Amino acid sequence: MKSPRFFRTAAALATVGALAVVGGCASADPTTTSGSAPSSFTAAPQDDSAPITVWTDSTRLPSVQAYQHAHPNVKMNIVTFDGSADGSTYLQTKVQLFDRTNSGWPDVVFASPTDVTWAAEPTSPTAQAFAAPVDEGMVPKSTLDNFAQGSLTPCQFNGHTYCLRNDIAQVVLWYNKTLLDQWGYQVPTTWEQYQQLGEQIARDHPGYLVGAIGDTNSQESYFWSAQCPAQQLTGPNTLRVDMADSHCTKMAGLLDTLVKAGSVTTQGFFGQSFAKTYGSKVAMAVGPSWYGQYLFNSAFKTPAGQITAAAPLKWQGDTRTVTGNVGGGVWMISSHSKNLKASTAVAEWLTTSNDNLTNAPTYPAYSPGAAAWLANPANKDYFATDVTSVFQQAANEVWSGWGNTKFSDATSWSSVVLPALTSGKTLAQTLPAWGNEIANEAKSVGYTVTTK
Amino acid sequence: MTTLVAAPDRPRGRRRRSGEGGFSGPLFVSGYVILLLAFGVLPTLYAVYLAFTNVRGQFTGINQFTRVFQDFRFGPAFVNIVAYLVIWLVLIVVLTVAVAVVLRGRMPARLSTTLRFLYYIPGALAGVASILVWLFMLDPSVSPVNWLLKALGFGTFAQVLAPGHLSLIFALIAFWTGAGGWIVVMYGALDNISTEVLEAARIDGAGPWRTAIHIQIPMIRKWIVYMAILAFAAGTQLFVEPQLLQTASLGRVSPTWSPNQLAYVYAFQRGDFNGAAAISLVLLVLGLIVAGLLVTRSGLFKVDEQ
Repeated sequence: MKSPRFFRTAAALATVGALAVVGGCASADPTTTSGSAPSSFTAAPQDDSAPITVWTDSTRLPSVQAYQHAHPNVKMNIVTFDGSADGSTYLQTKVQLFDRTNSGWPDVVFASPTDVTWAAEPTSPTAQAFAAPVDEGMVPKSTLDNFAQGSLTPCQFNGHTYCLRNDIAQVVLWYNKTLLDQWGYQVPTTWEQYQQLGEQIARDHPGYLVGAIGDTNSQESYFWSAQCPAQQLTGPNTLRVDMADSHCTKMAGLLDTLVKAGSVTTQGFFGQSFAKTYGSKVAMAVGPSWYGQYLFNSAFKTPAGQITAAAPLKWQGDTRTVTGNVGGGVWMISSHSKNLKASTAVAEWLTTSNDNLTNAPTYPAYSPGAAAWLANPANKDYFATDVTSVFQQAANEVWSGWGNTKFSDATSWSSVVLPALTSGKTLAQTLPAWGNEIANEAKSVGYTVTTK
Repeated sequence: MTTLVAAPDRPRGRRRRSGEGGFSGPLFVSGYVILLLAFGVLPTLYAVYLAFTNVRGQFTGINQFTRVFQDFRFGPAFVNIVAYLVIWLVLIVVLTVAVAVVLRGRMPARLSTTLRFLYYIPGALAGVASILVWLFMLDPSVSPVNWLLKALGFGTFAQVLAPGHLSLIFALIAFWTGAGGWIVVMYGALDNISTEVLEAARIDGAGPWRTAIHIQIPMIRKWIVYMAILAFAAGTQLFVEPQLLQTASLGRVSPTWSPNQLAYVYAFQRGDFNGAAAISLVLLVLGLIVAGLLVTRSGLFKVDEQ
């Protein structure tokens, strides 16, 4: 037996629905601006002695503390957060909320390049873009010009620069020199040689690995380096997603061959218990400059003097070598800061001062700082050979065709491609689904997607 | 539950006196009512307002709803949650009632008490902690039952977390944490069936099976419906489990696996609180429809005047 109240409620709901259809309805489009962010911003009333709040990840925390130690008269609140690692959106979530409550923004934040894509635009019609354009009288042009070639590209929107790059993670070819020397193999210089050597190692030394593709960022090591146009920004709001491009299919074929041979694993270097099980079996790895310290030294505990890096691989016949990039943070200054002077000073010190960069945990984006970093023996004495020229060369070879988009490239790779690989599908079979997911994500945040 | 049923046996005078006590009754419920208004009713009304307006506060009709329906993640999220709900509701309704019946009638009292306590323990763990337990259980490299996982053909955590397994995994986690409490409740409900009724059934020749099917389960039907309503409402709001597993699996679980997660992404990544409100209203309406059907079909709120 249905109660009369049930029907009355249903009738009321139906009426509301009908009213909604009949009434003049405004668009539900959430986009806040027509795509062009305001070039300048309204600064809050400035107070040169106002305390500043700095948000940093734990890796960069000692640097911020060192600044406070060297400048005791600057009032600083230092807050540690996840630093947007692994596609975390903590910072974005918080800034959304601060924009709604109109207070609470940190003055200086460490963030991922993806964060700049939303921070350079207002989050709502009433909000002001979170990131301040640092090229507008805050940081001198001569300083900005000294960052490694292309390293500020992720910071640039509408002709302005909204962040200072902290470090770059140029992809190089890592290898265990002791093992390769012992086996009598040459270090490959092209992708074709890499595939050949991978097949040979699988045959002659089964169990050893030349790569892994199961991490959240493996696509940046391989497909970015291969110049695969998976997410190429051809305009501010136009994205080219072309998985049928030969650069993508060639790389997928190469990896499929090596996965089948057994020398490339579909597990991730940073996956559960990988280090314990396979850590000593990694003969080569295509990956970023921080692999040396953070993967081989810290995670795999490979003894010093065995591991070193070679120049990035290129396709046979290509004249120009290009490479990928896996991470590398940025510092942003809040446009809401009450003390822009002190905030800019911190961000500049962190990204450009030799005092900080000589001992920085990862490869600095600021070229003079990178030179100082490479001159510090502590950053290199773990490696079997001198990595200076390899790092410097690769730093200027990062391919600019992998766009810094409003969505993280980790989501589609990890939640669509990796489960498919785990279930036994090949990369070649998965490329269309991957491209489809990227295209869907891109459209959902307002990009126009093309395939050509 | 037991006190609710026992109430009519109490002397009626006492209840009436408390009803005449002026403001003491309203005073006692006021704390709850204020909190309910502040954190339950007002946010719901705000969500309704948001779902029918846009970011500039203009009335949008059903446009927000059509927009979220067209989102490429909306369909998959609801398919996931429906698969999960089906598995979970069947598990919880069939198994908790079955276990409670067995515990009530077919077991020495002491063993029954011990088992009820054991079943309840997982429910006493905080939600997040119980998910962490399952992260260990499901990872073949650390799991205490890795022989079982390996026998099923799962060598790595990633294989266990294949997209097709997730609904089942979340249903198992929810059952493991939630069933114990419901078993205790169902046991209490069965306890209220007077022994005369059961004895009469036995004299009439009903075995334990027929007693359960024809006497016990029909008599606790209202509790089962009550459980189904709450389980459905909690199930549609699945959030913490997939969210944690998404982080723990390094992104192998989609960040928009469940509708609630999709609403979270709308609100806190895209700053689109209107779209998020539209998704949450869809969930609210679904919950209300199912609760309405169950309540009207079962006569849950009919007060028996005996």
